[in-house]
Amino acid sequence: MAGSILGNAVLRLEDPRFLRGAATYIDNLGPEGVLRLDFVRSPFAHAKIRSIDTSEADALDGVVATFTADSLGLAPHQVFVTVHDDFARRPLAVDAVRFVGEPVVAVLAVDRRAAADAVAAVVVDYEPLDAVVDPEAAFEPGAPVLHAGHADNVCFSQLDPYDDGFFADADVVVRGRYLNQRVAVVPMEPNACAAVPGDDGRLTVYLSTQMPHLAHGILAGVLGVPKDRIRIIAPDVGGGFGGKAGLYPEYSVVARAAQLLGRPVTWTESRSDNMVGLAHGRAQVQYVELGCRTDGTFTGLRARIVGDAGAYPGIGAMLPGATRRMSQAVYALPKLSVDLAVAVTSTTPTGAYRGAGRPEAASMVERIVDQAALELGIDPAEIRRRNLLPDDVFPYTTHTGVVYDSGAYGRPLEEALRLAGYDELRAEQAARRAAGNPRLLGIGVSCYVEITAGGAPGEFASVTVDEDGAATVRVGTSGHGQGHPTSFAMIVADRLGIAMDRVRLVQSDTDEVRSGGGTGGSKSLQLGGSAIYRASEALLDKARGLAAHLLECDADDVVLHDDGRLGVAGVPARALGWAELARAAADPALPAGVVDRSDGTTGLAAQLDFVSTGPTFPFGAHVAVVEVDRETGRVVPLRHIAVDDCGTVLNPVLVAGQQHGGVASGIGQALYEEFRYDADGNPLTATLADYALPSAAEFPSFEVASTQTPTPYNPLGAKGIGEAGTIGATPAVQNAVVDALAHLGVRHVDMPLTAETVWRAVRAAESGAPVNPWREPPAIFDRLRAAGGGPDAVSSVEEAEGV
Amino acid sequence: MIPVAFDYKRASSAEEAIALLAEYGDEAKLLAGGHSLLPLMKLRLAAPSVLIDVGRLTDLSYVRDAGDHLAIGALTRHRDVEISDLLQAQQPLLAAAAAEVGDNQVRHRGTIGGSVAHADPASDLPATLLALDATFVAKGPNGERAIPASQFFTGFLESALQPDELLTEIRVPKAPGSGFGFQKFNRRAQDWAIVGCAVTRSASGTGVALVNMGATPLRATAVEQALAGGASAADAAQLADQGTEPSADLNASAEYRRHLARVLVRRALEAAGA
Ligand SMILES: Cc1cc2nc3c(=O)[nH]c(=O)nc-3n(C[C@H](O)[C@H](O)[C@H](O)COP(=O)(O)OP(=O)(O)OC[C@H]3O[C@@H](n4cnc5c(N)ncnc54)[C@H](O)[C@@H]3O)c2cc1C
Repeated sequence: MAGSILGNAVLRLEDPRFLRGAATYIDNLGPEGVLRLDFVRSPFAHAKIRSIDTSEADALDGVVATFTADSLGLAPHQVFVTVHDDFARRPLAVDAVRFVGEPVVAVLAVDRRAAADAVAAVVVDYEPLDAVVDPEAAFEPGAPVLHAGHADNVCFSQLDPYDDGFFADADVVVRGRYLNQRVAVVPMEPNACAAVPGDDGRLTVYLSTQMPHLAHGILAGVLGVPKDRIRIIAPDVGGGFGGKAGLYPEYSVVARAAQLLGRPVTWTESRSDNMVGLAHGRAQVQYVELGCRTDGTFTGLRARIVGDAGAYPGIGAMLPGATRRMSQAVYALPKLSVDLAVAVTSTTPTGAYRGAGRPEAASMVERIVDQAALELGIDPAEIRRRNLLPDDVFPYTTHTGVVYDSGAYGRPLEEALRLAGYDELRAEQAARRAAGNPRLLGIGVSCYVEITAGGAPGEFASVTVDEDGAATVRVGTSGHGQGHPTSFAMIVADRLGIAMDRVRLVQSDTDEVRSGGGTGGSKSLQLGGSAIYRASEALLDKARGLAAHLLECDADDVVLHDDGRLGVAGVPARALGWAELARAAADPALPAGVVDRSDGTTGLAAQLDFVSTGPTFPFGAHVAVVEVDRETGRVVPLRHIAVDDCGTVLNPVLVAGQQHGGVASGIGQALYEEFRYDADGNPLTATLADYALPSAAEFPSFEVASTQTPTPYNPLGAKGIGEAGTIGATPAVQNAVVDALAHLGVRHVDMPLTAETVWRAVRAAESGAPVNPWREPPAIFDRLRAAGGGPDAVSSVEEAEGV
Repeated sequence: MIPVAFDYKRASSAEEAIALLAEYGDEAKLLAGGHSLLPLMKLRLAAPSVLIDVGRLTDLSYVRDAGDHLAIGALTRHRDVEISDLLQAQQPLLAAAAAEVGDNQVRHRGTIGGSVAHADPASDLPATLLALDATFVAKGPNGERAIPASQFFTGFLESALQPDELLTEIRVPKAPGSGFGFQKFNRRAQDWAIVGCAVTRSASGTGVALVNMGATPLRATAVEQALAGGASAADAAQLADQGTEPSADLNASAEYRRHLARVLVRRALEAAGA
């Protein structure tokens, strides 16, 4: 065969459809006679529901039905990860509400306006109760307990061994309390669901989800029907970023309403509802201590992490566990101890958001490493060099039991420094400082390692050659913008010699695809792509057997020619095209046994589950360059250099796309975004006017590059790239801002690094009293240790890592 | 989100708009570019039962040399103010301020009259027009009147405009070759100002006005007086927050706003050559 297409920059096959507006989202599915569903949501963070009166809404023109928890009759269920049964949530609130935005009543009307009017006409009588907004305050004795069935507001805790000798061999211990603030996911398409009852009694449910098969199983259980009575389809999905996983309560309400009314029902939330209804991300307070020798080598890292699960603990309660698992980061670290305490608060439940626990780990470690560098007077790049795990340790088992598959951590660091012109930047910084220039230059470095395809290690794929010679791929991933139609077609073209534009991708439909893990945790190429790779190989084997039968030769003599035909080696005239082979395979006269059918396929097809040896560990290094206006505190990102290693690169265009998007998210958290509440639990940032989601106008053009260290765990050598940019970018930018101010005495500034926050840090330092980054962690950690606490949840952290 | 149901009337002339206002009274709202009104309606913070659309009154969209001043039709889009040759030559401060409003889409829809009538202290054009001592022309059932900018902004989102009046024209002095400075400090490129400052400098003196430092756009009178008394720009700017009552919100504390006002006024004065 000619050279492989893999590794080439191939433009996305699917873009013309999106660019022409031909994509189909749930809101424009609009089945005939569809009813619009909308929710009456709680305006209180915590309140008792005294009574609900829907009579006025029911009487409005165009209103077809209203449902409360009682009339809907749905049992409590989880979104997907179960922390404790104590926290199971009724899809519509009963008795009490626990966050602003919690659905209380569902209204169904003939159009959006009637639904909106009905929402306004429902009267709910609430008795406000005290809110618990701050996760640290939630642990304090006397704090209002949000779930009466649970003794306190601690929903998850885990302690590592620790004793007083932990830092005995350290010359210096640096300490910081870092806020990894709560952020909103903000997919461009808000959350949405439609349910259409069929004449056959089946229910087709359209979800704006990343994981249709996951939702399938949960929904069948919630509705109390066998799985085959429900079909889940994810049409085009306008972004998920981790937030669209599991069975949101809104989905079960829509499905149940359609079931009860026997009519199609659709729901697409408004942006304001999306900002409080969809899971939030991050939300940790990290107390971290790093022991070092004077030469900068690390002796041990201790962290105590407060997590915030929001009102109904689910996956968000488990993500600090993912942070703990990645807390060794890229470093040779003699000791590690991480304690976790996760709180229930009267806020939107938290969940996965681009990186889901790993960005928090990278930020925590990279901040304390920079703080140590400053303390010891060692250049931030140099202190990293001195502590990186060397190239010869892989596979490497960390203190938390995670096995790093492959790595070469120094390579992206040196490459990023080279691309940035690090030494020249440092020289310019020195010159500006010497000249008293109020435009301070900051240079931030971060190194990271992260985990992709955590969670279940397998994925399903089938490849079928149709009688016209085109291929149909079915896969259990559920792409929504990442470029799967392109990369998966490249794999089939590479293995089978079928042109990319003759490869059709079928995904995101539980009737069409036997099983699937969906798309999350940056796993799609390494699991789904590998499954397609293996299925293509299996198919080729079958085709060679068939060709040998037809050409009356030995299967070992059959080769795949450059033109995509199979024939006898050395005899180009004796060859068959894919269409001929597919027709022959379908011919009832074909003797049994010529085509292997042991995998349950018919015609010319193969299907299998690919199972990876384990998750993989992409890594990289970023350098951020910022300018800080000393007078106002404004931060302007000047450059961002990302060198990410996601193993073997299949298509550099798609990798660069993920890097750019990831870096934008990462800078967004560092500089702009924070979901805020007032003391009573009222959201302050529930619109995009208030929530500072950045746009391209805020950013320089990113400089992205790759190093390639293949993983031995899959045939493509590929690791994930969907979240890496986010993980590397946030600490690089935060470090850059602190670096710009370091000579003034600033040691740490919490995110988001808004102008006023930075100005206050500068002012405090200029007045001779720079803010001390450390304070003692809350008493909960001592109380938990005294009680001898260990992991205490139903689900495992590994399960949560699949998103 | 979905606004409360309303009726829609399209006015084909200023006179018709005024007649419709008289007919529907309090229930009606004029609709120009819709970029302030419609968001309020979608959040159901405003619920007029009739919208009178003046957005297509192209005869009220112009920038004209009116002899001793420049006249700008109330329905002129921000974008047309931004790129007007006449303004760039004769009153560049206004063109520069218009270029800072929101983003491209907003500038192509929003109108100068809508911005003035909405009287948002955080908007860029009201403060700029205040610095320029603009005059606003309003037409109502009893004819036309001219309102000086200094008397126009009466409170938070409140103006001297009567509910039955249509703002038709904005008049600004000609000031070719004068110095100007416009400073806008915001979080993201498309955001409103956390604090802003407009400075115009001519032979007759220096006008300084502040964006988002109180319930209305404000003249920085103390700065103007200090400059008239011979103070340096840096010294005068120290007085920028005198007489202001900035609010504290999500984007800034009152203390930080005061600090920003002093910094931005100095920078705008320097840009204006003061
Ligand atoms: C995303 C976004 C960002 C923005 N950013 C900025 C910014 O950075 N800076 C800034 O200054 N502005 C900003 N704006 C506001 C924008 O400039 C608006 O266009 C402007 O404030 C109002 O003009 P309009 O023509 O859209 O008025 P409309 O919304 O149509 O009307 C506003 C009010 O004025 C009344 N009105 C309108 N015209 C007249 C008239 N001729 N006579 C009497 N009453 C009238 C209406 O009845 C209504 O009460 C932004 C808007 C958006 C949506």
